[in-house]
Amino acid sequence: MTELTLTANIDVPDDFYADLIDAHEGLSKEASDALNARLILILANHIGNRAILKQALDTASHQKGG
Amino acid sequence: MLDERYSLAYELYPYERSPDQDNDTAKRHPVVVMGGGPIGIGMALDLGLQGIPVVVLDDHAGVGMGSRAICFAKRCLEIADRYGCGEPMLEKGVVWNLGKVFHKDHKVFEFNLLPEDGHKFPAFINMQQPYFESFQIERLRELQSQGAPIEIRGQNRVDGVNVHDDHVVLEVMTPDGPYKLEADWLIGADGANSPLRNMLDLEFTGKVFQDSFLIADIKITDDVDFPTERWFWFEPSHGSGASTLLHKQPDDVWRVDFQIGWDVDRKEEMKEENIRRRLDAFLGGVKYDMVWSSIYTFQCKRMDSFRNGRVLFAGDSAHQVSPFGARGANSGMQDVDNLGWKLGLVVNGVADDNLLDTYNSERAHGADENIMNSTRSTDFITPKSAQSRIFRDAVLALANDHEFARPLVNSGRLSVPCTYDGSSLNSADGMAGPERTRPGSPCPDAHLKDGFLLNQLGNEFVLFCINTEGPTELQECGVNVRMVSLSAVDDPKGAVAERYLGDAPSAVYLIRPDQHVAARRETYNENLVRAEIRRAIGKE
Repeated sequence: MTELTLTANIDVPDDFYADLIDAHEGLSKEASDALNARLILILANHIGNRAILKQALDTASHQKGG
Repeated sequence: MLDERYSLAYELYPYERSPDQDNDTAKRHPVVVMGGGPIGIGMALDLGLQGIPVVVLDDHAGVGMGSRAICFAKRCLEIADRYGCGEPMLEKGVVWNLGKVFHKDHKVFEFNLLPEDGHKFPAFINMQQPYFESFQIERLRELQSQGAPIEIRGQNRVDGVNVHDDHVVLEVMTPDGPYKLEADWLIGADGANSPLRNMLDLEFTGKVFQDSFLIADIKITDDVDFPTERWFWFEPSHGSGASTLLHKQPDDVWRVDFQIGWDVDRKEEMKEENIRRRLDAFLGGVKYDMVWSSIYTFQCKRMDSFRNGRVLFAGDSAHQVSPFGARGANSGMQDVDNLGWKLGLVVNGVADDNLLDTYNSERAHGADENIMNSTRSTDFITPKSAQSRIFRDAVLALANDHEFARPLVNSGRLSVPCTYDGSSLNSADGMAGPERTRPGSPCPDAHLKDGFLLNQLGNEFVLFCINTEGPTELQECGVNVRMVSLSAVDDPKGAVAERYLGDAPSAVYLIRPDQHVAARRETYNENLVRAEIRRAIGKE
């Protein structure tokens, strides 16, 4: 796999989103930011492939609105 | 003495003196329903159709003003159809299938309810609540004229309840003064602020959301035609609300919903000039008349138990959800659908009163599902923390360009009927049939050679035999089971086979009076089916 997946790929997306928001519940701004940083690093390691990670970074960076 | 808490759209059951008011001793009734809204009347229709005497007490004399609930889901309409008032609703309602979600000025997401073929009712219709209630009352009057033992008493306010082990004593206030009556069973269908729940000091727990919404129902007088779709804006650029919803109703009326924040001056916001200012910013130069407006806040809460001895709660009095997803009136109708036949069997002495505990377990399962979905939608629409808002905005920003983010956009997950998985009334699945018709499921409709399948099921226990023979008659523990047999000839489009057989050559389904599957197997087996009937009424 060398293409970043940008089609829907999460099983039961509402459950995942609720888990994500719950993980941040009650955290300070600093703690939330730190959680997000750890999460990104963990997911990046899981992906592993540098080309994919680069595409993901580019996609997130070039997103308007933000 | 009797305050008008709200004004009426239609006076349909003006106060009339009842002979009960002249009795020296309180008259005992098998079932009394508190509340004449859609759920209380639904309860009366269900019991009346079974021939169970029921008295409805309402502190008003008709249907309240204001469109209020507008989205009626397929299962709710199927239940109304079982009661005999689904068709006029379908005729009056606006059918819609397409929903669009916008962020600022961009469309980020579009969904189609994609209705499956072969159903009598669509996924949703929109219709002002007073129409829904009026069609119910019309049907109630028709049943009364045919001798159904239903009584509805307007301007009868319950001021006190005294719950005993085997009955309830009610103190009722009327324009002629107070009287007492007794009920073997009391149903609380008296709405989200349930006076009954408060009188009994029962807890109602959950979450309150810190936001308010302004509803403006308008009639467009210009020759402008918006499509019959559900349009939802996050952070609309007109700036009149943090979110805005536009949805069509019958009579050229449009529902507009503005999310206006928590710290608002309600009186100020409700002034017509201020409502018009928001509407004008939203609609540009379109001309309109204002029909109805209201500000609401909401909570997601439920009672610990919907049964408290001789008192049972249904609808908003038992559980309240946010309006996103149309899960209020729609789930209340599923409550009475579930409770009606159980209470009928208990009143007639066929089932023991523990069957009513399964009303609580099955409908609490439904309430939890509804509360979870509506809480999630609310958290997305009105993020409760800065971090939650960052994620929400990121999803919206990504959804514009990338398909993966669109399923995460949540502007309301629309009501779907509840499957009572794990209910003690279900028998173990006896065949490898389709997942959607496993025990506990609501029966999916199908177009037959003549008419629709659901019109042949329900109101009593049915043994539904497909491509196989059942008995000519069957009675077990006082339950009469009606036979419905179909074969390929009756199913020209193959919908019954697809939805009820799958790869199996034949099937025998035991269907409850509320059109939920109790048990299924490939062929008829008398001993097993008798056990399944006993299990379905709480006797196994």
